[in-house]
Amino acid sequence: MQNKVYHRIEQITGSVIVVKADGVINGELAQVEAAHGMSLAQVIRLENENVYLQVFAGGRGVSTDTKVRFLGRTMQVPFSENLLGRIFTGSGVPRDKGPAITENMIEIGGPSVNPAKRIIPRNMVRTGIPMIDLFNTLVESQKLPIFSVAGEPYNELLAQIALQAEVDVIVLGGMGLKHDDYLFFRDKLDESGALSRSVMFVHTASDPTVECLLVPDIALAVAEKFALQDKRVLVLLTDMTNFADSMKEVAITMEQIPSNRGYPGDLYSQLASRYEKAVDFEGSGSITILAVTTMPGDDVTHPVPDNTGYITEGQFYLKNGRIEPFGSLSRLKQQVNNRTRDDHRAIMDTMIQLYSSFKETLEKQSMGFRMSDWDSKLLKYGERFEAEMMTITVNVPLEKALDNGWRILADCFHPSETGIATKLTDKFWPKG
Amino acid sequence: MSENIGKIVGVNGNLLKVEFNMPVIQNEVAYACVGDLRLKAEVIRVRGNNAELQVFESTTGVKVGDPVEFTGDLLSVELGPGLLTQVFDGLQNPLPALAEQCGFFLQRGTYLKALPRDVKWAYTPALKVGDVVVAGDTIGTIPEGLFAHRVMVPFKLRGKWTVDKAAPAGDYTVEETVAVLKDEKGNTADAKIMQIWPVKMPIKCYAERLRPTESMATKLRTIDTFFPVAKGGTFCVPGPFGAGKTVLQQIMSRNAEVDVVIIAACGERAGEVVETLREFPELTDPRTGKSLMERTIIICNTSSMPVGARGASVYTGVTLAEYYRQMGLHVLLLADSTSRWAQALREMSGRLEEIPGEEAFPAYLESVIAAFYERGGVVRLNNGTTGSVTIGGTVSPAGGNFEEPVTQATLKVVGAFHGLSRSRSDARRYPAIDPLDSWSKYPSVVDQDNVATARKLLRDGNEVGQMMKVVGEEGTSIDNFVVYLKSEYVDATYLQQNAFDEVDSSNSVERQEYVFGKLLGMLKTKLKFASKDDARSFFHKLTQACRDWNSNAFQSAEFKQTEEQMGKMLAEVSDYAE
Repeated sequence: MQNKVYHRIEQITGSVIVVKADGVINGELAQVEAAHGMSLAQVIRLENENVYLQVFAGGRGVSTDTKVRFLGRTMQVPFSENLLGRIFTGSGVPRDKGPAITENMIEIGGPSVNPAKRIIPRNMVRTGIPMIDLFNTLVESQKLPIFSVAGEPYNELLAQIALQAEVDVIVLGGMGLKHDDYLFFRDKLDESGALSRSVMFVHTASDPTVECLLVPDIALAVAEKFALQDKRVLVLLTDMTNFADSMKEVAITMEQIPSNRGYPGDLYSQLASRYEKAVDFEGSGSITILAVTTMPGDDVTHPVPDNTGYITEGQFYLKNGRIEPFGSLSRLKQQVNNRTRDDHRAIMDTMIQLYSSFKETLEKQSMGFRMSDWDSKLLKYGERFEAEMMTITVNVPLEKALDNGWRILADCFHPSETGIATKLTDKFWPKG
Repeated sequence: MSENIGKIVGVNGNLLKVEFNMPVIQNEVAYACVGDLRLKAEVIRVRGNNAELQVFESTTGVKVGDPVEFTGDLLSVELGPGLLTQVFDGLQNPLPALAEQCGFFLQRGTYLKALPRDVKWAYTPALKVGDVVVAGDTIGTIPEGLFAHRVMVPFKLRGKWTVDKAAPAGDYTVEETVAVLKDEKGNTADAKIMQIWPVKMPIKCYAERLRPTESMATKLRTIDTFFPVAKGGTFCVPGPFGAGKTVLQQIMSRNAEVDVVIIAACGERAGEVVETLREFPELTDPRTGKSLMERTIIICNTSSMPVGARGASVYTGVTLAEYYRQMGLHVLLLADSTSRWAQALREMSGRLEEIPGEEAFPAYLESVIAAFYERGGVVRLNNGTTGSVTIGGTVSPAGGNFEEPVTQATLKVVGAFHGLSRSRSDARRYPAIDPLDSWSKYPSVVDQDNVATARKLLRDGNEVGQMMKVVGEEGTSIDNFVVYLKSEYVDATYLQQNAFDEVDSSNSVERQEYVFGKLLGMLKTKLKFASKDDARSFFHKLTQACRDWNSNAFQSAEFKQTEEQMGKMLAEVSDYAE
């Protein structure tokens, strides 16, 4: 093992430093001794004898004669049962008062799963929230972001789903988290007793940018190992926009040509290689990923939510404290909602179509047009739908939610007005 | 093992800079050696005695000074029996075999042969000694699933060749020589069962290219009737995320009336490929009675697989398609999504520090896309039969904005445009193909004039709908209001199709002709209503009846009964005054 020490720094730009060294491998780790203490760094580019290193703690305080010692290995994270109940930083250092764990080190950012070894997702994850269970069912091994804007209760929603979902292990990756939010997650998991089956990797807003980049990789590498031990793992990532912004910061420092609003051209591939870790292993465990993506200015065409939407299997769109039916989508719901109850799909489609008509009527109403009979029916329906289905605090099992749906339809419409096939209305339409 | 060895002098992401001494070829394949691993790469630029290579794998662990072997071959695929039913990655590695060898994960540096070498195929010769042949002519046949797989004179041979030796009927492996050919100058060439062909070069062993005129039925009403695709045509499906691009492609891959379907999943979700992978073997192809997988090849380079191989996957797909076309078959290539491939080009262009074009895409984007779609087409082969490659590509425009470079470059070169709209998918109107914006240059399965009539009604209805938003229902005449309701009816019962209903999900051309005829009859009938509410309630009922009709098997007793019921409903409100 070579552990050569280099003293001469050729260049310092942002968090990237350049040293002249040989025999260094791409992706290798190094220790950088700066004025403010020791930091890890990773090789990100080689050019003849020039080695470009990204310093995890940032370039601030690095002097031109800083000592750089190469470790001869790539980034690793410990993995064992002892991780459960523990909290770490973005580079794997304990954030709680527990001891450091160094046993059984595993590589992060490992290879992709062979598609031939994946299986079709088949288990519904029940959350008790009608907007999810009924309209956009969450499925085990799904990757799903929550699109939202700053100020919305997305972390609360994330925590609520995490606590209700039946999983074996919860891995939380916090990126650029406010310190308060970090404490919120910790306390929430602790109160419900879920902390003992959770691992947290938290980068707070005040920590160095580069550590933020490591969080998803570390969290997912650990999750993958648990999943291979037949565990059902739920990974919570918040907030992926911070992750993308860190990537942008580093790319620009490296003088890469930006593609869209300053983000690097490989934003899609970078996000995809993380989200695609969601998997249901044939004959073993699974990884389900729920991630928060805040949309700057509530703009879904912003590069981060836009690229995310193309990668993930749908999204929950959280607005005004409600999961909006338009813009929200679970692509995997078809895998499970044919096995819940006969009327699930019909209720799901019809209620949304009618809600869409209700929105049009609202527009007409706001412009002062006369309301027809049909419009009045829709207005009545829309109000009931929002109050009894959309409110996030409604917590009922799916079957109850379906019954409520029929009740609302029956109170507002004649069966033929709903467009539901006759054989279903005959069976489910509430009598009397 | 190659003699030509270079030395790595720089690593930047998946781009290597390599110093070389002997000649190298642009786009040749090279292997970077890292310990025991050999990572496949392609030469993409040469400057002085430095070659720049894009590596198809992660470059972690590569160091300056590591050797690189240049092979002298362009990036190629193996062509021969055994391709159908397979699942390959972008570089034609068979994924199930890879899974057997490596387990859950894709280990880098492991490459397997695309065609199994130990399988023996029952070969029947079609030539005898003394016959004169040209490239692409049939030497013999091998039964492969549904087809007689033609073993052909190597595509790379030029001019006329005489058969010198011909192997008798028997069982052979793909590497065995089945004919020896001789040209006028006395050069000889061995023809093996398997051929190797560079993916970026079109196979051109045919008599002439024809104009695509024959419709390729997809059993989707919106497409076949309104925006048809011809065999040998090209089409694109742009749409924002969540509008149903992939679902639409999946439906087409099941229903399309072609001989072979090749699915190139390029930089998209692995889960979607898995659905096809697991479901197709279980599904029956109504045309042949066999499993759908028998006519399918899947090329998948999903979003988390190495970016470099992403571009290769669409070329691998189209080369396999051309190969089966050479056998006189009709092939459909579905590429999902071409935007990911364009992004891979952009990533590489950025690493090469080329001057960026619009949205940082390279300036050569348009010509690359055009050259790809131009590989589609219907051709008359040397033996008089025709074969075709139909190419359908999805486009994932950033922000759902069709003005972006990839969509625009694609629209210029395709024959049909199925634009998906967010507003339709939000309203759960599937398939979300926008009936006003989309277009096709190919002939419809029903009468073209009638389609024009229906499209006019849709446009008029939309205008009335827009107008009503401003002037309200009370400001709209009842005649206009009925036009609006009629257009909504066409949308609800003809354009929309329930992909989960066994009957409704696929409509034969025959059924489309029949139902469209009925629909047109209704559209042309003048209807009379006492009030707008009456009109609305009539159309609500008619829509529901027609949806029931859509899920009745064609010409079944139920079908006829519902039809009669709808006829009666219509008769009650028909205005016979004129």
